[in-house]
Amino acid sequence: MKIHEFQAKEILKRYGVSVPVGFVTDKLSDVKKIHKKLPTEVCVVKAQIHAGGRGKGGGVKVAKNLQQAEKYAADILGMQLITHQTGPSGQKVRKILIEQGMNITKEYYLAMTLDRTAGKVTAICSTEGGMDIEEVAEAHPEKIVKTRIDVANGITGASLRKMTKALGFTDKAMVQKFHDFCRSLYQAYMEMDCSLVEINPLVTTKEGELFALDCKLTLDDNSLYRHPEAAALRDEHEEDPLELEAQKFGLNYIKLDGNVGCMVNGAGLAMGTMDIIKYCGGEPANFLDVGGGASAATVANAFSIITKDPNVKAILINIFGGIVRCDRVAQGVLDAMKIVPLKVPLVVRLSGTNAEEARRMLNDSGISIITATGIKDAAEKVVKAIRN
Amino acid sequence: MSILVGNHSRVIVQGITGKEGGFHASQCREYGTNVVGGVTPGKGGQEFEGLPVFDTVYEARMATACNVSLIFVPPAFAADAILESIEASIELIVCITEGIPVNDMVKVYSALKSSKSRLIGPNCPGIITPGQAKIGIMPGFIHMPGRVGLISKSGTLTYEAVNQLTELGIGQSTCVGIGGDPIIGTQFIDLLALFEADRDTDAVVMIGEIGGSLEPEAAAWIRDNMSKPVIGFIAGQTAPPGRRMGHAGAIISGGDETAHAKMKVMRECGLFVAETPAMIGETVKQALSQSRKRYAGPAGLSMVY
Repeated sequence: MKIHEFQAKEILKRYGVSVPVGFVTDKLSDVKKIHKKLPTEVCVVKAQIHAGGRGKGGGVKVAKNLQQAEKYAADILGMQLITHQTGPSGQKVRKILIEQGMNITKEYYLAMTLDRTAGKVTAICSTEGGMDIEEVAEAHPEKIVKTRIDVANGITGASLRKMTKALGFTDKAMVQKFHDFCRSLYQAYMEMDCSLVEINPLVTTKEGELFALDCKLTLDDNSLYRHPEAAALRDEHEEDPLELEAQKFGLNYIKLDGNVGCMVNGAGLAMGTMDIIKYCGGEPANFLDVGGGASAATVANAFSIITKDPNVKAILINIFGGIVRCDRVAQGVLDAMKIVPLKVPLVVRLSGTNAEEARRMLNDSGISIITATGIKDAAEKVVKAIRN
Repeated sequence: MSILVGNHSRVIVQGITGKEGGFHASQCREYGTNVVGGVTPGKGGQEFEGLPVFDTVYEARMATACNVSLIFVPPAFAADAILESIEASIELIVCITEGIPVNDMVKVYSALKSSKSRLIGPNCPGIITPGQAKIGIMPGFIHMPGRVGLISKSGTLTYEAVNQLTELGIGQSTCVGIGGDPIIGTQFIDLLALFEADRDTDAVVMIGEIGGSLEPEAAAWIRDNMSKPVIGFIAGQTAPPGRRMGHAGAIISGGDETAHAKMKVMRECGLFVAETPAMIGETVKQALSQSRKRYAGPAGLSMVY
């Protein structure tokens, strides 16, 4: 689960990671009050949306004084912020974070995430802070230093020294601050069950301080059950309404830009089905995994979500009945038809246990359902149905 | 004798008194798997369909000499269940559970590395040696004994592939679902090495997904170490970056994690790549006939040289 920058900073602060003084608001009238509480006249107004690239999109502005801060706040709050991660329609800014100004001497990059191959948490650091780390990795791979952290030992002195050297810290007080920073960050990562903590940039100041100037934090969805407080951090405005509705039904749905609605059991087969639709010349409108069960109720719920997307011009149901019997799934489809009327062509491919019987049930139902035998046959039929 | 499981497997089911655990324990037995008992803490001494239930894996091992544990325990307790099997020195642990916290798996992975146990999964359909033992949730009837090995991150997509093979008359030696989570106990390369060494396997199908770097690493390993033909497919050609496609591990976080990038590496490393999931069976057929020509015995030598 993604959370906002201000929420991430509140979490990190609890673990002793140094973050700038700042306050979040959704009201312009608060700006003056917040500005008074900041230790500096200069301040930074930052749009709070989940997507990255906010600065380039005009969502982060440095204000010299209160007047400027109020002006920038008025510009940013409520704007439709477009970045390379939001898509062309952008994301509405509903909250802004106002933070103290800094005398920055240098920017660095520091992140912790999972190294899947090693099965270990890995700390990544670079002297090239404030930039897109993927670009740094491409242009200057030698400037990125990685350290794997063993879960039994925690972050070791050797790891800390390796990173200290990579970032070039020599001042004794600064080295100590950096070590504390890393230890606190790792503690936060483990205790909050993060899948990513990214500090970009990590900055040093003229006053000899170290701060997490910007921060991105992602929580592991599988661990949310043991962090009940994290539920409050969810911002439903940042999510697609259809995806939210699907979640309530326990369905795994992701909206895409195409026009072939898909309903499949299993994530891998769902992706595979989308692939073959594309191969046959169509464009999938969504990813939808109905899970192992695919009961009548699940099928009906999935149906209502797919048909709410106005782009959908045809629907493909692809179920591989293993443990689930295909005749039950077919009954589910027929029951769903009674609840949610069918307005676009529907292609159904059922394979596995009792597939023959299921096909006969659909063909005999009197409802105009196009049945298919194989996965390719199904994709071709659904693409043809749209073209006709 | 195929790999990892077969007639020699003596299986206990952790979570056998639960709904899922009980259902699949019965299904596995029906297929012919030698299930010797179950484990549910607090229910030791009870019976499940005539099988003894134990409080701990250790007791189960002492009483039944089991060598495989199949785990159906809810996500919050699954990592602990795996650790218990590791501590009881179970040779092969198969964890079906979906949704285990990643940090729990970091700890399990560390414990695995210093043990003699092998873990398949989590979040996987399990492992089957057709005609001998089904240790998992896959539908047994679509499989057919034969000489093609299969490794996959996905469940139903694996059934799709197996079904295509069986319909073409191509049987399978062993099919392994390694799981769709970011951290899994056994990776492609571990199994490719086992299949390469297995006298009963002629070719291997490897079905991957977007996200992570397991597939390209495996492809490079195949290029350098394998004599048997490998057929590859990657699901998720249409997946947008940054979105989790069902499986926790199926998320594109860098350019080299896309399906196209992975398939390109596979081709460059000499794998037979299926363009779509519908072509997996046909691609295996082609690969087998080509490699037969290439590896033909003395009579076939004149054709090659």
